[in-house]
Amino acid sequence: MNDVLLSVTDYNIVYEVEQPVHAVRDVNLELARGEILGLAGESGCGKTTLAYGINRLLKPPAVITSGSAVLHDRDGTDIDVNALTSAQLRRYRWDKVSMVFQGAMNALNPVAAIGDQIDDIFTTHRPGMKRAERREESAALLDLIGVGRDRLKSYPHELSGGMRQRVMIAMALALKPQLMIMDEPTTALDVLVQRDILQEISELRRTFGFSVVFITHDLPLLLEISDRIAVMLQGGIVELDSADRIYRHAQHPYTQRLLESFPSLTGERGAFVRSGDGSQSNGGSAA
Amino acid sequence: MSVLEFRNVTKEYRVRGGSRFRAVDGVSFTLQPGRTIALVGQSGSGKSTIAKMLAQLERPSSGEILLDGEPVARRGRGLTRYRGEVQMVFQDPFASLNPFHTIGHHLQRPLLLHGRASGSDVDEQVAKLLERVQLVPGTSMAERKPHELSGGQRQRVAIARALAPAPSILIADEPVSMLDVSIRLGVLNLLGRLQREENLGVLYITHDLATARHFSDEILVLYKGSVVERGPSNEVILNPQEDYTKRLLAASPNPETHFGTGRAAG
Repeated sequence: MNDVLLSVTDYNIVYEVEQPVHAVRDVNLELARGEILGLAGESGCGKTTLAYGINRLLKPPAVITSGSAVLHDRDGTDIDVNALTSAQLRRYRWDKVSMVFQGAMNALNPVAAIGDQIDDIFTTHRPGMKRAERREESAALLDLIGVGRDRLKSYPHELSGGMRQRVMIAMALALKPQLMIMDEPTTALDVLVQRDILQEISELRRTFGFSVVFITHDLPLLLEISDRIAVMLQGGIVELDSADRIYRHAQHPYTQRLLESFPSLTGERGAFVRSGDGSQSNGGSAA
Repeated sequence: MSVLEFRNVTKEYRVRGGSRFRAVDGVSFTLQPGRTIALVGQSGSGKSTIAKMLAQLERPSSGEILLDGEPVARRGRGLTRYRGEVQMVFQDPFASLNPFHTIGHHLQRPLLLHGRASGSDVDEQVAKLLERVQLVPGTSMAERKPHELSGGQRQRVAIARALAPAPSILIADEPVSMLDVSIRLGVLNLLGRLQREENLGVLYITHDLATARHFSDEILVLYKGSVVERGPSNEVILNPQEDYTKRLLAASPNPETHFGTGRAAG
């Protein structure tokens, strides 16, 4: 079995409007199996567009103009994502790669019980499953994510934002995908709830061994949860390194600037603007 | 300069079934010229209810809001005077500016309504205000519509508008949480600079403990409507006493504790 789960090569996405917008530029990255890759950058840097591309969710005028994304399946076959037909896409999405969207907690159907919504996934993707099996599997998922099976019959409005977001993560886990793309999954939540959910995600990752692409602009958060971090600017990846090295030895001026944008919680008061940190750590890296 | 006192204020809402929900429970603090107080807490802790009462959009169920020792009038000239002294900056600069009006229009109104400019010099005053929030050149900025501005620029307009009546108190309710990270500090530093220049009393409402610490003199930690901890900013963040404050701090991402502080030594 290959250690690399996803290879993205010379990937370009353009919004073909009157003045074409080159939203993703020459992106190259390899995602290891079981890895959490953080994708950092500000609004409009192309991080969500890139994630949509990997899941083939782009709609015109967005077009993948060149490059490839290949998923190295658990069973040894390589899936060229760009070449999938719509029937193949239906099997690829959610089964191989699932996605938790920003504000996903508002994406639940308000007039259906959450148990039924999870059930839909199995009805669609696992037509062989019996009703009782589906029910049990849905209940087990809710237990797993810390919502509890007694919530199967609850409607979304009866759950808090944090619980709804957990339900979305449960749904994304339902088919044991090999990759979960999480686009700002905790941005709308409180720090306390966010901390619980992040812990949940890293435990589940250890249990099931899936990879995560975690998209957010919150660099301090990424530094804590990611194995590696890719920093995007104007569609391109300007720096890709381990979280530790990004924190201590950020090379690119933009990464340094992004780090400096977050005042330190416990550092010196003078560190309100943490300028100077970058050069200091560069000096230390020689050791 | 005015002093705004929030004295033992409680706000209750009726909920379905006849019971009451206490959103704010016996909160007191005093905003003085030249000092910044940060109000921190998670969603539902009562931060915004306090802001609404300060903006006179909600009335306390009990307790008092006093401007220079006097209760605030509910209408008429007294309320106008209050609004001249106490101004708000809201969270969402995309919702707080009227898309049909120019930036100049947004600033002319408070200037004229509060007698800070007359018909003949209002354009000049507008341009001055814009330049004070680093939107230059002020005269051409004034002609633009909100959609021509970025989020950070809009928030600067919102700050300029709040400064138009020359208030002594500024209530900033999550003023940077909708902005991109790289411009947040710029807007906060601008607020800090204006606060020093104008000797404003500022209430900084936020859920971000790091900026609360660096931007304010005092922090009030709010939990379920009550102040559970208060003190000088560094004390509260570096040496928290209450369990809730400790939990909040532990949950905030902090690369320093995650990687250790030996950055230069690495």
